[in-house]
Amino acid sequence: MSSLAVRVWRGTGEGRFQEFEVPRLESQTVLDVVTHIQRALDPTLAYRFACRVGMCGSCAMTVNGRARWTCRTHVDKVAADGRLEIAPLANLPVVRDLVTDMVPFFDKWAKAHGGFEGGKSRGDDFERVPPSSPERRLADAGIECIGCGVCYSSCDVVAWNPDYLGPAALNRAWTLVNDVRDTGNRARLGAVAGDAGCHACHTHMSCTERCPKQISPTAAIAGLKRAAMDAALKGEI
Amino acid sequence: MSSRKLSIRAQVLLWTAQRASAAVLAVCVIVHLITIIYAVRNGLSAAEILGRTRGNVAWAAFYALFVAAVVVHAPIGLRNILSETFGWRGAGCDIAVMAIALTLAMWGFRAVFAVFL
Repeated sequence: MSSLAVRVWRGTGEGRFQEFEVPRLESQTVLDVVTHIQRALDPTLAYRFACRVGMCGSCAMTVNGRARWTCRTHVDKVAADGRLEIAPLANLPVVRDLVTDMVPFFDKWAKAHGGFEGGKSRGDDFERVPPSSPERRLADAGIECIGCGVCYSSCDVVAWNPDYLGPAALNRAWTLVNDVRDTGNRARLGAVAGDAGCHACHTHMSCTERCPKQISPTAAIAGLKRAAMDAALKGEI
Repeated sequence: MSSRKLSIRAQVLLWTAQRASAAVLAVCVIVHLITIIYAVRNGLSAAEILGRTRGNVAWAAFYALFVAAVVVHAPIGLRNILSETFGWRGAGCDIAVMAIALTLAMWGFRAVFAVFL
């Protein structure tokens, strides 16, 4: 049986990589590798996962330098030479080993007014939103985000400016800007505009390239730039 | 004082001004390059160039527009570089780039006047 040479980050920001030899198996995912290390080689290894099938987004890590879902990443796709380097997601504080603190990531969703703000009561009739309407299509394009943090970890601007809201929060805001039921968009556009918001994006598109859900936060951010610019020119923000 | 930030609207208007000035610069740079190539290939002397630009309102207006676009575009871009690469943000950075904008304007318009008057 062949084996993999695996380097795994241990500790917090002050840690180091530890090397493990892991048996190479058919159809093995990177999450399988991490699980083998924790169960068979070193039970003190900390990592996070839940569904194992690409639904929850909790197992994202940096694999050979790129942020990925480890449960949906087959070893043969990323370790042709039999070597793996597994680190926690970048741009987030490390709790321990491969576990990052997602609080700053989700705090920025709140800062971007990522919660729906409706204006109707339960006594009102349903809003009718045609699936083919332009707004609904734009919202659909970004609505499947599950908040895994891969885009945030891959973003250069987040690394340069810790206040930058990041691709996921801005993508979420764009889905709400296009939600015709939402009543909070004036304040939302003010919250997502400017130096720490959508206008800081350099359109490197790392978020779009690496999103496991094939969402384009870059397109969402471009939409926000235009909408916020229109609002600023009209004096609305 | 140094932690004071521009309003969100001002930040967005700066971004808009930089994009708009980039569009102007794209045209100005092409016209300027064509002008340089024409002057060099035809062996125009400094006196011959000045003979064409002195008193010519069209050339003066074109280069005044060129300078204005540079004055808007370059300091805003520099502001982004200073904040992202060196972490310098706030009023101090904004005042510094404003001073650079005024310096560029002084040098640029002085050059335009020099070939017009």
